[in-house]
Formats: sequence, structure tokens, C-alpha cells
Amino acid sequence: MPFMEFVNFYLMPGIVLGSIYALGAVGITLVFGILRFAHLAHGDLATLGAFAALGVVTIFGVSPWVALPVAMVVCAFMAIGIDKLFYDYLSERPKIIVVMSSLGIALMLRAVVQVVWGVDTETYTRGIVRPDDYWGIRIRDREIYTIIAMFVIVGVLWTFLQKTKWGKAMRAMSDNPDLALLSGVDNRKITMLTWGIVGILCAASGFFLGINTELKPLMGWTMLLPMFAAAILGGVGRVEGAVIGGLIVGIAEETSVLFIPGEYKAAMAFAILLLILLVRPTGLLKGKVL
Amino acid sequence: MTSQAIAEQPMSKNSVQQKYSGKPILTMTGVRGGYGDADILQGVDMQVTEREIVVIVGPNGAGKSTAMKAIFGLLKVRGGSIVVNGTDIAGWKPNRIVQHGVCYVPQVNNIFREMTIHENLEMGAFLRKGDISESLERVYTLFPDLKERRSALAGNLSGGQRQMVAMGRALMLNPSLLLLDEPTAGLSPKYMEQIFEITRNLRDAGLSILLVEQHAKQALAFADKGYVLAAGSNRHEGTGQELLADREVAEMFLGG
Repeated sequence: MPFMEFVNFYLMPGIVLGSIYALGAVGITLVFGILRFAHLAHGDLATLGAFAALGVVTIFGVSPWVALPVAMVVCAFMAIGIDKLFYDYLSERPKIIVVMSSLGIALMLRAVVQVVWGVDTETYTRGIVRPDDYWGIRIRDREIYTIIAMFVIVGVLWTFLQKTKWGKAMRAMSDNPDLALLSGVDNRKITMLTWGIVGILCAASGFFLGINTELKPLMGWTMLLPMFAAAILGGVGRVEGAVIGGLIVGIAEETSVLFIPGEYKAAMAFAILLLILLVRPTGLLKGKVL
Repeated sequence: MTSQAIAEQPMSKNSVQQKYSGKPILTMTGVRGGYGDADILQGVDMQVTEREIVVIVGPNGAGKSTAMKAIFGLLKVRGGSIVVNGTDIAGWKPNRIVQHGVCYVPQVNNIFREMTIHENLEMGAFLRKGDISESLERVYTLFPDLKERRSALAGNLSGGQRQMVAMGRALMLNPSLLLLDEPTAGLSPKYMEQIFEITRNLRDAGLSILLVEQHAKQALAFADKGYVLAAGSNRHEGTGQELLADREVAEMFLGG
């Protein structure tokens, strides 16, 4: 197989898919690091974000790119609201109960999407977009935007976590929650801030999956396993690790069809997850032990 | 603190209040409490006055660390009063106590491992608004080792340097009372002496320090006052020298 064919049909789609996984995995890693539980509603929150953007597109007739920030705000408030109503209420209970409740939230979010938008497959824009050719690399504009947007969003988050007072407080809470409390960090504010950021990341992840493929009520749920695999592969609690993990899982899924039947593509994430848990449970970059 | 606030403090039977003069920073009177339903502290009396190092010694399980945690609001206080700077803080949440001028250095897990030394100190000043460069400079003057390695991750430091980061973090809020829970546990003699020297320097600079210490002999040698706790209540008290000279204390807690 010629090299350019590999790049165009396997590597580039892998990087695009990986960018979408990365956006989700960063959110998962934040919840895991700071709030210390596996958030199973993550994928369905992404679905909600994707459909919220669709709602803005159909009601106001604007470009999907205008709808993205609106969907981010909707998801941020949704995530904060879910926390206030459910997770916060359970915060004193064993973590497994919170995890299970997030599974319930996942089903609720999916049901809301199905009630409001139906169960049919939707798209943001009709028609087929042909890829452009850049020095032999064939790529669509929306794919370029997906990759750039992922790096910009994660870059802004990274800068926020490294340079600002509240970003450092979030890292402190992830690092040593007891000491963060002793230093006067307000747990509730950090929790709200985290959910706001997680909502934004979910919306972005769902939106980019939707714009590159289609919108389906199950779209986020099917992303959940690859996103978790990416977060664990990168090292739980490590934002940069989640990006690397997301890209690896995305590329591995897309290139796997060279070796195994396409129906087993989704099993790649599972295989990677198993392998990393066996070989290096702390992830590529040293993360928290699960 | 106003003179009225002093007058309002309970006039207890605690002999220490009459024995030592100086402006009281912390006065614990008959403090009872514990983690669950059982009381570990069975009525503890203690006082720390301005510019003073007070050491709590006693056998394992005597409630030394527990007494310290009670001051910092980390366990249920079911009786007695904990007056700091004229206000009873019993039952307050730790973040409010921090703002009231009390900082606490836990024995373990007392640093942010994944953050740099500098960021650890910044987190210490989290509650402060405005410029913190003066406090940073003060801490770096106290611990010159830290200044050199300010960009190093705190988790990569040696035990002694970690303890310095932990103390530095607590000092960033310019507290009036510093609680140190076994700061020299597991340290080499060289670092132990260094930590003790810094503790003395802090006192001389005007800070009041309450210290739980396993190296009781060394600590009592420079302490202004010591309390011996046993089974959750006061057993002995006196100046450091008095306790060192006391035969019963020496036999029971100082290893002869």
C-alpha cells in the first residue's frame, strides 16, 4: 500500500477520531482526578451537546460553528445542574454509588435526547463534502478544524490549570484533597468549576463527532469505552496524557481495519484498555492508580 | 484582641494560666472529642501564649495528634472551648480557622507532590488577596534550599526538604499560631536539627508554635512549655526543663 494512501485513509481519520476522543478523555480524567469517580454519563452528555448544537442550527438557521459555543454553555450548565441534583447529594456515600448513579444519568440524558429530537439519524448540514488536496494529503476543512479546535481547547485548559489561581486550586484538589481543604480551597467551588469545564469539553467532543459523522442518540454512549481507554492509557488525572491516549486510541481504531475485520474496530479500545491495565496501570504518563 | 475578649475567657482551674504570663494565643479548656462516637480526648487543657513554643509529648495513642486536629476542626469537639485570639473556634470548619490565623502542618501527605515548590507556597496563600511576594521572599529566606529548587516538583524532594515545603506552605498566610504535627518524623538527625532551628527562629520572630514531637528530649530542651498527655487527658505540664528533670516523665515517656 502506498504511504500516502495509508496517511489519507487510515492515519488522518485516526487523528480526527482521536481528537474527538481526546476532548472526551480530558473531561473523564478531570472528573476522575478531582471528583474521584468514573463518570459513565460522559458520553451521553456529549450526545446532548451535539443535539443542543443541532437545535440551535435548526431553530436559528445558523452555521453549526456558531451553535458550538451555545452547546458548550448548555452542557456546562447541564453538568453543574446534574451535579447539584444528584452527585452532590450522594457525595458522602461510597463512590461506587455515585458511579452507578452516573449510569442512570446517562440513560436519562439519552432519553431526553430521544424525546426531544427523536430516534432518527440527523446531520448538521446536508450534502457531501469532498476533501481538499494539500500536497497529496486529502483532508476536509471540518477535519482540519476538529484537530485544531482540540489542540486550542486543551491548550486553553492547560494554560488555565498551570497559570491561574483557580486552575492551580483544581490541580491541588486532584493532588491532595485534604491539604487543599486545609489551605482554604472551597470544595464546592472547585466541583462547580470542574463540571463547567467538563460540560464544555463534552459538548465539543459530541459536536465534532456529529459534524464529522452523524448525530445519533447512541453516538456518545458508543464513544464511552474508547474515551475511558484513552484517559487510562494516558494516565488518570493527566490532561496531556488524555490527549496522547485519545490520539493513540483513535489511530489504533482506524488502522486496525488493515489487520482485522472492520466490525471489530470498536474492540480495539477494549484491547488497549486491557493491555494498559495489565502492563502499566498508571498509564503512559504516571497517573493515579485506579 | 481586645481586653474585653480576654476578660471573657473562662477563668478556669487551669493552673497554667496563672503560672505563665504573656498574651494568650490559644486556650483549650476541658476539650473532649473524637473521630467517631467515642471520645479520644477526655478533657484536655492547654495554653499557648505569644512568642512561645509549646510541645505536646506522650506515649502512642495518648491523643497528641488528636488534640492538634481538634484545634484545627478536623474532628468532632463535644465539650470544652478552644479560644484562639479571643474567639471560641470549637466547631469551626478548617478553612474558616485558617482565616482566623491558625495554620496546620499535618504529619503525612503535607505537600502537593505534583506541583512545584513555588506552586505549593502559592497554594498556601490561596486565601490571600493581592501581592504575596513579600511572604514568598520571607519563606525563601527561611528555607534557602527551597529557593534554589523552586521549580522542582515537591514530590521529588528529600524528606527534609518536603517538610520545609510543608512548613513554608503553612507560613504563607502569616499565621499567629502554627500547629506542627511531628515535623521531624523519619528525618535524619541533620534535618531534624535544621527543622528545630527554624522552629526556634520562627518563635523568635514572634510566632506561637504548638508542636507534637516524638523526639521529646530534643524538643523539650528548647520548648518554652510542655504538656504530657496520657489516655486523652493532661498528665503533666511545666517548662521544658521542668519536664526533662521530672523523674516520672523521664521514665514514662522519654525512655529513661
